[in-house]
Amino acid sequence: MTKETANPIMEVKDLFFTYPNAPEPTLKGNNLTIYENKITAMIGPSGCGKSTLLRAMNRIHDLYAGCKYEGEINLRNLKNNKMENTLNLKKENQLIGLRQKVGMIFQKPTPFPMSIYDNVAYGLRLKGIKSKSELDGRVEKALKEAAIWKEAKERLNDSAMGLSGGQQQRLCIARSVALKPEVLLFDEPTSALDPISTGAIEELISELKKDVTVVIVTHNMQQASRLSDYTTFMYLGDIIEFGDTEKIFLNPDEKLTEDYITGRFG
Amino acid sequence: MNRLLLNKIILTLSTISALVGIGFLFWILITLTYKGISSIQLSTFTNDLVEGGIRNLLVGQFTMALLATVVAVPIGVMAGIYLREYGGEKRMTMLIRNLSDIMTSAPSIVIGVFVFAFLVEPFGTFNGWAGSVALAIMMLPIIIGTTDNMLALVPKELREAGIALGGSKHKIVLQIVLKAAKVGVTTGILLSFARIIGETAPLLFTSANNQFFTMDMSGQFPSLTVSIYNLATYPDEASRELAWAASFILTAIVLFINLVGRFVTRNKH
Repeated sequence: MTKETANPIMEVKDLFFTYPNAPEPTLKGNNLTIYENKITAMIGPSGCGKSTLLRAMNRIHDLYAGCKYEGEINLRNLKNNKMENTLNLKKENQLIGLRQKVGMIFQKPTPFPMSIYDNVAYGLRLKGIKSKSELDGRVEKALKEAAIWKEAKERLNDSAMGLSGGQQQRLCIARSVALKPEVLLFDEPTSALDPISTGAIEELISELKKDVTVVIVTHNMQQASRLSDYTTFMYLGDIIEFGDTEKIFLNPDEKLTEDYITGRFG
Repeated sequence: MNRLLLNKIILTLSTISALVGIGFLFWILITLTYKGISSIQLSTFTNDLVEGGIRNLLVGQFTMALLATVVAVPIGVMAGIYLREYGGEKRMTMLIRNLSDIMTSAPSIVIGVFVFAFLVEPFGTFNGWAGSVALAIMMLPIIIGTTDNMLALVPKELREAGIALGGSKHKIVLQIVLKAAKVGVTTGILLSFARIIGETAPLLFTSANNQFFTMDMSGQFPSLTVSIYNLATYPDEASRELAWAASFILTAIVLFINLVGRFVTRNKH
């Protein structure tokens, strides 16, 4: 199988994560490899730690004081191909750099209260791009990549709040894609959307993997099996099993995985 | 007792209570409108107090209120941002938040006396600056409270999305979170302005009053509300009529600002 030759881009090693004032860690020694230009799905019952792990990957937890990490989350530096531990980043600038490489899409669409154009240009401007022509070009390209250009091109200066939920979510994807990230983290990106919008977002995610590595947390088992190359099953803060999606769904090694997938609990 | 009967009794009692409350309000408004409008002439607006008009009083009152707003808005909004975005759950945050809430209900006369002690007495004269400061102190807790509460309504996902795009915290707070809460914060500012424009007590011992037109804030400064307070006690009919006119105009201004405040909020939701 070609999958085995895939190149690791991110490695989680013995990761423990504790929320502020929590008596015990939420993640209990996770190990996981994310492969470049593949889609990795994370499944598991509510509270198993899949979102927590996802949110550790771009250190969004650091927004709240008092979170504790132990272990490593290594990201490959595309310049010298060396793995670098992102948990060693301390300064705000370094974290900003990390988040520009590792973007995130949330469960609820989060358009900013500004025009469609400004939403997409926002991250680019934060990066220091000021030239109008460069912004125009990159905004258009990002909107095209997120398959929302056709709906948005006539109303770039209208407020993004006027878009439908599905359109807003695609706008948020465009906003992240505009920064040319290496990895995109999706935290249940379709659970607030109707089936048609969900279909559009799923198609978009499959397209995106040509350019970017995708990690997606989902409660929807069909979604995981449709979309992903790899699947990891988590339970109570542990990674129970990781493997090719086909194998996890058809012939898992662990009894617990099988029970969850067949709907015996969760 | 029959529960339908009980329901009727309670309903009747609460309807009567509501009518009594609204009744007094309308009584005030009707008297004010009747007596006020009949006392208003063109000269009411063009003359100063010394000639039987309120031109200087309107200008004076608005000057002090606007200056207070200019001082209180940046401090209040920034304090609100600190409490909600940076304060976390520290003791200091809780302390400031509670003290600010208590300040909202501080008797306005106490604020007037406080400002008198440190801005009037040392200089030996009532002055407009002191009046503005007293009004600004009245505004502060209202603006801090509304900013704090309005920022709390902004979903945390919006902050996280900004951070995930590579924003620093202060940029996200100023460019996205504050923008998302803009309508609420603006309404808070308008309502606090409506509150102080009609205040008398903080001005009695600070700006006092002036019969003449002046823009010199280092001396006694014309105030509409203090004038109403004074005029109402004068024995002559003309003074009392002017007090009615001024009261009506003041009420109309406050009502207008409140309506604008409500309209702005309703438009958005």
